[in-house]
Amino acid sequence: MADLVTVRLKVNGVEHEGRCEPRKLLVDFIREDLALTGTHVGCEHGICGACTILFNGEAARSCIMLAVQAEGAELVTVEGLMRDGKLHPLQEAFREHHGLQCGFCTPGMLMTALDFLRTNPAPSEREIREGISAVLCRCTGYQGIVNAVRAAAPVLAAER
Amino acid sequence: MSVGLPRLVGARVARREDPRLLTGQGSYVDDHRPARMLYAAFLRSPHAHARIRGLDVSAALALPGVAAVLTGEDIARSSKPVRAASKTPNVKTTSYPPLALGKVRHVGEAVAMVAAESRYVAEDAVERIVVDYEPLPVVRDVESALDPASPVLHDEAETNLLVSREFARGDVDAALAGAAVVVRERFRFHRHTPVCMENRGCLGEYATASGALTLRSSAQCPGLVRDVLADLLDIPEHLIRVIANDVGGGFGAKASLYPEEIATCVMARRLGRPVKWIGDRREDLLATTHAWDEIVDAELGLDQDGAIVGLRAEVTVDVGGYSIYPWTAAIEPVQTISFLPGPYRVPTYRGRTRGVATNKAPLGPYRGVGRPPAVFVIEGLMDRAARRLGLDPTEIRLRNFIRDEDFPYKSPSGVVWDRSSFTESLRRAREALDYKAARDEQARARGAGRWVGIGIASYVELTGIGSAIPVSPGMPVSTGTEAATIRFDPAGKVTAVFGVASHGQGLETTLAQIVADEVGVPIEDVRVVHGDTDASPYGTGTYASRSLVLAGGAAILAGRSVREKMLVIAGHLLEADPADVALADGRYAVRGMPDRSVTVRQIARAAYGGAKQLPKGLEPGLEATRFYDPYYGTASNATHAAMIEIDRATLEVKTLRYVVVEDCGRMVNPLIVDGQVHGGVAQGIGAALLEEIVYDDQGQLLSGTLMDYVVPSACEIPTMEVHHVETPSPVALGGFRGMGEGGTIGAPAAIANAVADALAPLQIEIAELPVTPERLFRLIGKARA
Repeated sequence: MADLVTVRLKVNGVEHEGRCEPRKLLVDFIREDLALTGTHVGCEHGICGACTILFNGEAARSCIMLAVQAEGAELVTVEGLMRDGKLHPLQEAFREHHGLQCGFCTPGMLMTALDFLRTNPAPSEREIREGISAVLCRCTGYQGIVNAVRAAAPVLAAER
Repeated sequence: MSVGLPRLVGARVARREDPRLLTGQGSYVDDHRPARMLYAAFLRSPHAHARIRGLDVSAALALPGVAAVLTGEDIARSSKPVRAASKTPNVKTTSYPPLALGKVRHVGEAVAMVAAESRYVAEDAVERIVVDYEPLPVVRDVESALDPASPVLHDEAETNLLVSREFARGDVDAALAGAAVVVRERFRFHRHTPVCMENRGCLGEYATASGALTLRSSAQCPGLVRDVLADLLDIPEHLIRVIANDVGGGFGAKASLYPEEIATCVMARRLGRPVKWIGDRREDLLATTHAWDEIVDAELGLDQDGAIVGLRAEVTVDVGGYSIYPWTAAIEPVQTISFLPGPYRVPTYRGRTRGVATNKAPLGPYRGVGRPPAVFVIEGLMDRAARRLGLDPTEIRLRNFIRDEDFPYKSPSGVVWDRSSFTESLRRAREALDYKAARDEQARARGAGRWVGIGIASYVELTGIGSAIPVSPGMPVSTGTEAATIRFDPAGKVTAVFGVASHGQGLETTLAQIVADEVGVPIEDVRVVHGDTDASPYGTGTYASRSLVLAGGAAILAGRSVREKMLVIAGHLLEADPADVALADGRYAVRGMPDRSVTVRQIARAAYGGAKQLPKGLEPGLEATRFYDPYYGTASNATHAAMIEIDRATLEVKTLRYVVVEDCGRMVNPLIVDGQVHGGVAQGIGAALLEEIVYDDQGQLLSGTLMDYVVPSACEIPTMEVHHVETPSPVALGGFRGMGEGGTIGAPAAIANAVADALAPLQIEIAELPVTPERLFRLIGKARA
């Protein structure tokens, strides 16, 4: 077993320091060392997108990054979306429009959609479909997700 | 009974499971990490077929952090082999050892298991295990498997032909000989895999003092897993608890017992420490059950008016290396011939089916089971017949549907269809598509040199199956009942416990809707508990589009029992005859005297408040457990209509419009019904156009990543238009019909027919799915040559 290294990073606004093997995946560090199990592991090869988090403000796949690469970074995971005990408007829209079924891809889908709406605050349906195509969902046929993202777009745009 | 609260059944109630799943507070297997837990990893076979001459685990055991290594022989000392038995003649029972014993039969088969302090160390240790394999000739497909010279996978079966079955009605040979038109085709539906976004996984804990075993598993059927573990591991059932809280999709893939579940239990019992195994995507593609892989030679005869006179089919299914528990290798082959006649009057029929073992991953149940291929075949034949007779595809279907006056209709395979809306669904689909306008648009597009096509597929499925028919033929496990416990606490809140399990279907919401309506409380006052064998009355789980029908029926029965007692207590509290008390506006009131009423809370408090609060002799408490058996089950049907365009440059098939008119009887929650249809159709479109499991001649999996096995993204799936016909089931309580699978049953056929329609000017038929750009390229090249 290799020597452990120290990783310092900020997750959902909270400073963390952990020690792990240099080979440890960021998603495993988040789930095991930080006990934030909302971020899911779906493929471990960067295709399904379930592990997507915000890394310094941009969507990134935490299953194909190492924890050591997050040294000094600021991350947001699905646990960081609620505000004052209330669902984030995007989460609210997913519920309203049945944008989730089994819920497994949902954390990655939310983080991806959040980043997408930041870069494209008023997207067309085609653009939404392309924007979320980095995350695979097997349950919804994407219809509820597309509707939820479309409904959340003006709410989030107005907040900016 | 008048009900003052809004009727919840039928309403678009937002899901009650969503807040936890949206905030990362779900409870999937991998989210659990009890103290002293070890992580497991499996060594998997690199060979499709080989004898294991020797196995050296010493280097793995020597690695710091490794707690134990199990081999097939270790497991064989602690667990019986899995044997999926069938009472049906001509279905061979074969053993499926949890870890390979002497021989491996597919690439990816589990050979050894390591438990270590981390997953990383466990995988390091797996690499240090040395196996001496003696490669054997690979049985690569059904043709070679049936060759008398072929090696036999299972010596005990003495043949690779594990399943053969025939259904027949009338003299089909004479009918086809006398038919005005006979269309025939060899259909091929390639191998598919479910791809749940959550890979399979489980966590076993064994309490050495009490002998109690707890298994958290990503399972659809916790009850079924509990029952079989008791037998295999020789632990009494009441000491085994199987928990499946949040499960990240199932689609049938998680309905079977898996080797890793048994091995994890054995390892946990041996070490007295919790052991968790979480599969990765490679393991999922290699070793989760696959689907379909069928060749169907079929012939349909019709008279000059387009009425079916006979259907003859030979089905051959590649069932892979093992027969899976409890469904057996027969589930897919037999289901296909059972449902080939579709929603049509088929006076003569002969369907023969064979399930053949090869060196591939085992076949198992997947959304639709047998019916996606069956519908692809019969609907493909209907379109071919329509073209031959010069009939519109909708017209030929309308001429052959089982009519209203024919119900209940016994199909040639013996399935009885209750009152369904075959004709109405198709008519409504035609209206929704604006069929004539769509045909005009197609004609204009064709005139402009574009390849645009319209495809129709109508189907009927058997759902909510009761005890009269085993879900898979000859299966000794009874799958015909489910139960509900409805329990009030003294504060008037309700806990409703079910043996079914939810893995995305929203049963916590729909079952709560039913319960709340039955006992007269708001939905907020009902908590649904499921997926925990310790909490629930006896049940098996969720599969075969059964849970809303069976568990929903049980909820109605239990709700009625509780409500009757509430009326008695209310009568006592109100000094009125219980017969004069009714539930209104959320209160139990004397009829016609709304001022004389008690609340649910007052009744509940009285139920637990001692003898003085209750009528003389009435047993205290307020709860009921009731079982429900729908006996036969009930039909669900739909018509799908797709309009597609083939890009002439890339040969990509784009779905322009997709219309579904479905009939699942009385809808509990239209929001959830729509969602189930959307997801099912998306899987069906994937199956029709993109998804294919590919093995090479040596049985090596070529589609072992999500780069190679193409699951559709949002860009490949169209916006769907879903419409409903509500024909309440005449045979199931509440009028519900199951509907979780239907989308996947109709979509492959609708897409295939649309592609064939687009290419009709080139006289191309679609007989092979998925119809990838490469296959289209070959078909078009051949047609033009």
